[in-house]
Amino acid sequence: MSEPVSALGGASAQGFASVREIGPLGMVTLRAKPDAKGLAKAVKAAVGTAVPAVRRIVRDGDRACGWMSPDEYLLVMPYAAVAGALEAIGTAMAGEHHLAVDVSDARAVFRVEGAKADQVLAKLSPVDFATLEADELRRTRAAQVAAAFWKEGDGFTVVCFRSVGRYVFDLLATGAKPGSELA
Amino acid sequence: MSTRLSKGGRLIDRSAAMEFTFNGKRMKGYRGDSLAAALLANDQMLVGRSFKYHRPRGIVAAGPEEPNALVNLGSGGRLEPNQRVTVTELFDGLEASSQNHWPSLEFDVGVANNYVSRFLPAGFYYKTFIHPRPFWKHVFEPIIRQSAGLGKAPKDRDADRYEQAYAFCDLLVVGGGIAGLQAALVAGKAGARVILLEQHAHWGGRAPVDGDVIDGKPAGQWVDEAVAALSAMANVTLRDRCMAAGVYDHGYVLADEKVADHTPGDGRPKHRLWRIRAGRILTATGAIERPLSFAGNDIPGVMLAASVRDYVVNWAVSPGDRTVVVTNNDDGYRTAIALKEAGLSVPAIVDARANPSGDLVAKARALGLRIEAGRGVAKVKGGKRVTSVAICLQAGEGAVIDEIACDAVAMSGGWSPVVHLWSHCGGKLVWDTVNAHFRPDPARPPLNHDGGALVYAAGSANGAMKAAEALVDATAQAQAAVAALGLKPAAAMAPVAEAVAEGPMEAVWIMPQGAPVELKSKMWLDYQNDVKVSDVQLAAREGYESVEHTKRYTTLGMATDQGKLSNINGLAVLANALNEDIPQVGTTTFRPPYTPVTLGALAGEARGEIFQPLRRTPMHAWHERNGAYFEPVGLWRRPYCFPRTGETHAQAVVREVNNTRSALGLLDASTLGKIIVKGPDAGKFLDMLYTGVMSTLPVGKCRYGLMCNEQGFLSDDGVVARIDEDTWLCHTTSGGADRIHGWMEDWLQCEWWDWKVYTANVTEQYAQVAVVGPNARKVLEKLGGMDVSKEALPFMGWADGTLGGFPCRVYRISFSGELSYEIAVPASHGAAFWEALHTAGAEFGAMPYGTEALHVMRAEKGFIMIGDETDGTVIPQDLNLDWAISKKKADFLGKRGQQRNFLASPDRWKLVGFETLDGSVIPDGSYIIAPGVNANGQGNTQGRVTSTYYSPTLKRGIAMGLLKRGPERMGEVVEFNTVTGATVKARVVDQVFYDKDGEKQNV
Repeated sequence: MSEPVSALGGASAQGFASVREIGPLGMVTLRAKPDAKGLAKAVKAAVGTAVPAVRRIVRDGDRACGWMSPDEYLLVMPYAAVAGALEAIGTAMAGEHHLAVDVSDARAVFRVEGAKADQVLAKLSPVDFATLEADELRRTRAAQVAAAFWKEGDGFTVVCFRSVGRYVFDLLATGAKPGSELA
Repeated sequence: MSTRLSKGGRLIDRSAAMEFTFNGKRMKGYRGDSLAAALLANDQMLVGRSFKYHRPRGIVAAGPEEPNALVNLGSGGRLEPNQRVTVTELFDGLEASSQNHWPSLEFDVGVANNYVSRFLPAGFYYKTFIHPRPFWKHVFEPIIRQSAGLGKAPKDRDADRYEQAYAFCDLLVVGGGIAGLQAALVAGKAGARVILLEQHAHWGGRAPVDGDVIDGKPAGQWVDEAVAALSAMANVTLRDRCMAAGVYDHGYVLADEKVADHTPGDGRPKHRLWRIRAGRILTATGAIERPLSFAGNDIPGVMLAASVRDYVVNWAVSPGDRTVVVTNNDDGYRTAIALKEAGLSVPAIVDARANPSGDLVAKARALGLRIEAGRGVAKVKGGKRVTSVAICLQAGEGAVIDEIACDAVAMSGGWSPVVHLWSHCGGKLVWDTVNAHFRPDPARPPLNHDGGALVYAAGSANGAMKAAEALVDATAQAQAAVAALGLKPAAAMAPVAEAVAEGPMEAVWIMPQGAPVELKSKMWLDYQNDVKVSDVQLAAREGYESVEHTKRYTTLGMATDQGKLSNINGLAVLANALNEDIPQVGTTTFRPPYTPVTLGALAGEARGEIFQPLRRTPMHAWHERNGAYFEPVGLWRRPYCFPRTGETHAQAVVREVNNTRSALGLLDASTLGKIIVKGPDAGKFLDMLYTGVMSTLPVGKCRYGLMCNEQGFLSDDGVVARIDEDTWLCHTTSGGADRIHGWMEDWLQCEWWDWKVYTANVTEQYAQVAVVGPNARKVLEKLGGMDVSKEALPFMGWADGTLGGFPCRVYRISFSGELSYEIAVPASHGAAFWEALHTAGAEFGAMPYGTEALHVMRAEKGFIMIGDETDGTVIPQDLNLDWAISKKKADFLGKRGQQRNFLASPDRWKLVGFETLDGSVIPDGSYIIAPGVNANGQGNTQGRVTSTYYSPTLKRGIAMGLLKRGPERMGEVVEFNTVTGATVKARVVDQVFYDKDGEKQNV
């Protein structure tokens, strides 16, 4: 069997911030009401974190759980851990109405890093970075497409749909061109 | 002549000389010059021709209000038309050329229009549109097209890049003059997040030029200290060269930052469009001086008085040795004093007021200046340059008392606050009789979401015209804005500016007030569009009472300057002509942008590769490497065909169809929509969504389904697979995935919120390949890993497994009529799986095929295509799809709609096939003609073609289409129209042209 490949094969660009594609990264969409029985257990079993509050992401090493909507969570984990996570969720939420699907391959994931990484994103997303909290997951758009990001390490992790991975990478690389710093 | 003075110039750096060209002529300027200042320093007063009469036009102003001095800037990929020289910063190597002249600026044949101006009156366009009609097309239009028009449209691709950025703040302060700086200081000290914008490259506005003294310091020093203090505040952002273009609801503001206009080619974005969300907005946008309406006020050398002062003080440029000042207020005296102090001559100050008084008047007298009180200008003399002014009694009819030789005329008709941003979102204005201007009405500001004021005006933008009162006003307005933001303003004393006692101004709309029509027809209101006092009066006589109608009729204020100089004067003239008060006539509507914003900034980064998101499947790179010819499908790019060397696209499609029907075709079907629907109520939900029954579908099976909107019209179709007891996978059309997912969520969230159903759009999780043709099974068996036999995986079944080591889900569905498997693999394996199929399939004749072959094969098979057979007005019954509509279900979306008598009528156009008698292909879009004509004299129709192709299988043209009572008319011959006027005869046949019994797909 072939090895899974990410949308852009790890493309990268260097400007006043660095942009690189990461992945493949394991991702599961979990749909359930916050009060669904077994939800906390399922999230704990799948990624080892608590259930996040509204608009937050709880991270634990290379795993995380983010709040996406009143009945949707995004679970992040190593690519190889997805099958196990789905099974754990199925066990924890057996008999409870929910939906858990593997969306690892439906996404492209980027890291935008450097002291001015927020300036790259401020050109694409209507987000107030001065008030963006450290544990906030922001569902927004990058220019013309849907995107989500959160702060991580020396920058941001940006998620978009796989088919527009090239578009988003080009946007980020263009926005990071030297000389176009916002401040 | 205009020239550079030997000393002075607060904005220029004489150690940094720069070269530029105007109409190819080499000229010199300094860093810090505006292009206008540099042109004047090189005695280039004449810079263009007016739009209609081609009269010579000189620089009038020193800021964004400039109506005349528009040039083509740059060349090739950096050509920009209609650039105002007054706001263009000089840079080394700048190229400018004048506009709207032929053959040259100095000698222009269009000026003949000037002498026939009585044939081009106000409303000329409207009058000649009506009568005589043929004249317009054959006489007027060609002449006007030849002689009119301002800048040249660039022909080359823009060499620069642009970008946009978002910003947020509590208070946005627009304008970096003393009022804006003071407001920003107040808000900044109170802890508000402040953004302060200034359109120019320098701070301080007029105060340093006007010689104001603030807190005992020269204004320039106070400004420097204020900017330094603001720069030191972490919560304050200062942006110069940034023009706030428009204010929109909820504190949204667009601002255009000229990042690199003055450093072209340095790699930075040329402009950056800021999209700012502000809690409150404070406009300290200053005021604009008004011209005076006297005969010849458009002759080059007639300038706004304060602008003359700007040129002298800021750039050490003299507009002429002898400048006559014409004014109706004390501010004009500042210009006279500034000129005198610069060593220049002011032969006279012509003051329309009978008894001017005040500190400035006294100072002018003390300097020995001649003041002609109660006088006006009867006429300015000169052609391409002022030579003299004839003066008269302002109260009279223009009898000349004296003629004064001069090189320039500085006029001041009073000041109008810049109320544009205040007005964009509905802020109202009041007429201030003391200053004869409209200013913001504090009782009726534009409102925010909470009902509070969205915009606060401050300083001269708020009618506080003197430095001392502007600073007090700015402090108070900023404190009010800060309080509205829920912050506590620090107790602060407003800086104190030295008071200058000024006498009252006197409104003067026509000079002299009793001027006869000969003079009034040479009094320009709108310099750019050539609208004169006589034009507005003619409009009034012809019955135009509304200022909005008069504007359009005369084109007053409709030029690129949007009437910054002309509007108030024009509506005052209109009011007088109508015997109305000015407030009764009112203003025209202020709309964004404040000054023009280049299209590049509005497009931002969206050009070239990132003009639009382009969706790519995991196999996209393979398609590119293998010469695919792409077509857009939504935002996807799908291979239309894979032409080989020497092949046309049509030939490639024929080959791809024949190969798929005879051997093995591979289609990238990854774009197909895939939506998971799961939950205890999922079956019930799908039964409502689809016209057929999905709840009874057995696990492991597939079923074709139709979705309609509430009106009953066919919206989407696709194959549904039952995955497990409470999970279904719905395939949608490629273009419909997001729309149908949204449609599902809409019903689940808004209508059936208590149903236990979750959906997930997993379209992009999978790469999908259609493996099609008689050899399809062979290649899969060669890859191996799962049983794909007819018994294990029958038609309309699906199974999970592996093929060649790839994890996959295999669907036995066919859109071509051949033996066909659609195989989904995780997208991250898509490219490898696609290549593996080609490698393994080589011995079976594997070839990729594109969307056109897909379309041809489905048409041969009589399958409908959403978007071809449907257009939003077609119901499934029109397409003979009654078999896919459940008769048993109590309800489904569209059921009630389809029962309406019009949709249930037997007279509807219904789907049939067509075979042309001569074997040709019916042109796309053809209608089936019917006898007679309709009420509009157009030929009647009885149907239309929906899909039409050359069928490589049948070797003839085939088509599907909708025909009135079509299925009842089998065998009949009908006629299709074509654009050439000829018709194509075709026989009505069954729409299934190929393998009607489905034997080929079910093997």
